[in-house]
Amino acid sequence: MISGAITNTGPANRSGANRSGANRSGAGPRTARSSSGAAAGLLPRLLPGGLPAGPTGLADHLASYGPPPRGGDADRRDELIGEVELAGLAGRGGAGFPTARKLAAVAAHRHPVVIGNGTEGEPASAKDKVLMAQSPHLVLDGAVAAADLVGASAAVIVAHPAVSQIVAAAAAQRRHAGFDRVKLTVVPAADRFVAGEASAVVHWLERGVPTPKSTPPRLSERGLHGRPTLVQNVETLAHLALIARYGADWFRGVGTGAEPGSMLVTLAGAVRRPGVHEIAIGTPVAEVLDQAGGPAGPLGGLLIGGYHGTWVDPGRAAALPFSRAGLRPLGATVGAGLLAALPADACGLTETARITRYLADESAGQCGPCVFGLDAVAGQLERLADGRGADVAKLDRWAGQLRSDRGACRHPDGTIRMVASALELFSTEIDEHAGGWCAGTRQGPGVLPVPPGSRR
Amino acid sequence: MTGARLKVDMAACDGRGLCAEVLPEAIILDDWGFPIITVPELPDQLRGQAGEAVRLCPRLALRLER
Repeated sequence: MISGAITNTGPANRSGANRSGANRSGAGPRTARSSSGAAAGLLPRLLPGGLPAGPTGLADHLASYGPPPRGGDADRRDELIGEVELAGLAGRGGAGFPTARKLAAVAAHRHPVVIGNGTEGEPASAKDKVLMAQSPHLVLDGAVAAADLVGASAAVIVAHPAVSQIVAAAAAQRRHAGFDRVKLTVVPAADRFVAGEASAVVHWLERGVPTPKSTPPRLSERGLHGRPTLVQNVETLAHLALIARYGADWFRGVGTGAEPGSMLVTLAGAVRRPGVHEIAIGTPVAEVLDQAGGPAGPLGGLLIGGYHGTWVDPGRAAALPFSRAGLRPLGATVGAGLLAALPADACGLTETARITRYLADESAGQCGPCVFGLDAVAGQLERLADGRGADVAKLDRWAGQLRSDRGACRHPDGTIRMVASALELFSTEIDEHAGGWCAGTRQGPGVLPVPPGSRR
Repeated sequence: MTGARLKVDMAACDGRGLCAEVLPEAIILDDWGFPIITVPELPDQLRGQAGEAVRLCPRLALRLER
């Protein structure tokens, strides 16, 4: 098994072209950096090269990537899903589920529908918004490819309200051009933290309420309006669009053996140029931070994965590969690709208390442990942060009670995982706060964003 | 082992707590009165009690999955 990142492995391997049905007329996208047909190792794959200058139109999109392969051939579905399996594509929305397995599960049922999930309710994350704003046609290509693979005649893109009009305009352009066999619809997403959970997206489309639901049957059997439903993150769809064009070998040209391909990451907090970047999976954490110009100063912590992620020591993380396997020794995972850097002069407990209060308030309000438990945990963290004194033993007990499978979705578990990692990483600060002292000297608002208008 | 698992539909659960009274060997309550399943798989000898707990739940939130 190859554990490190593979970069610059040369041009895409065309010799594998006979094995699959994927269209390999091009060896990869032509980016602004390289107009002569790109090598597999070159990034970015998903975002236009050079400075972002608004959404890429259909003509420019086709000039960069070439035409998408013609789909709709039911006889070749298994073969093409096999190509996705060979590519090793896993979901980029956070859970990392193998895309081919999801495709096969939905393809087994009649009259399915595809949902492209661009809800991105994670306040610190911007990668799906940036992708949809800059490369809307790549996402739409992927939605069409997914629909072809499962035998669906319609796909709905649920896009964050900040970018939904851009995606809608791109879909309209395709419709007027008669470009797709598949009917594409774009719906603005609910701007809530839990709204991106797959069943919550379905409920949002059905009833205008973005609440998760855990009870059977699965969405792949009965989802949107009772139809078998494929819900895929929009970045996953964009990768799918490229696998459909260039094949599995090309896709595997970057990334690790177990986790192939590239991924979008959002670099937030104390880095010189916060923003969205595309990295080869397995790139060491320090090099990922370098994409954003590196840390803006000494760091006190890194929050990896998202607000359901894990606080880690920057020194311990620096050399580790940014991949699921690479981050496992720290108990962390890549999640939806967030890397948030906390400056050393900020108080980790205060940041954690603020994020936890936000997450508690974002509970959909359905499940008791989430409604009461997260509120109680947030309350104790606030006492811990502001020096009133908290019952840390109680916090530990609650963390144990809320840790696993206590709701219709993973909101309580995910929140508690983040909180538990903070209590571990900032344990010195807990003692200091108990003694009436805080090392955080930074003035002004918090480092990690919570949406404006919320009461934190 | 029966291979059966107890599942709580937490969105339906109101925290009445009857399940933990009938089946304390497999269900305890958290600090807010909501059930925590303590056995991943239900032992055979608890089968009858588990069925009783499922029947007694006023919110129909507890189920046995095979």
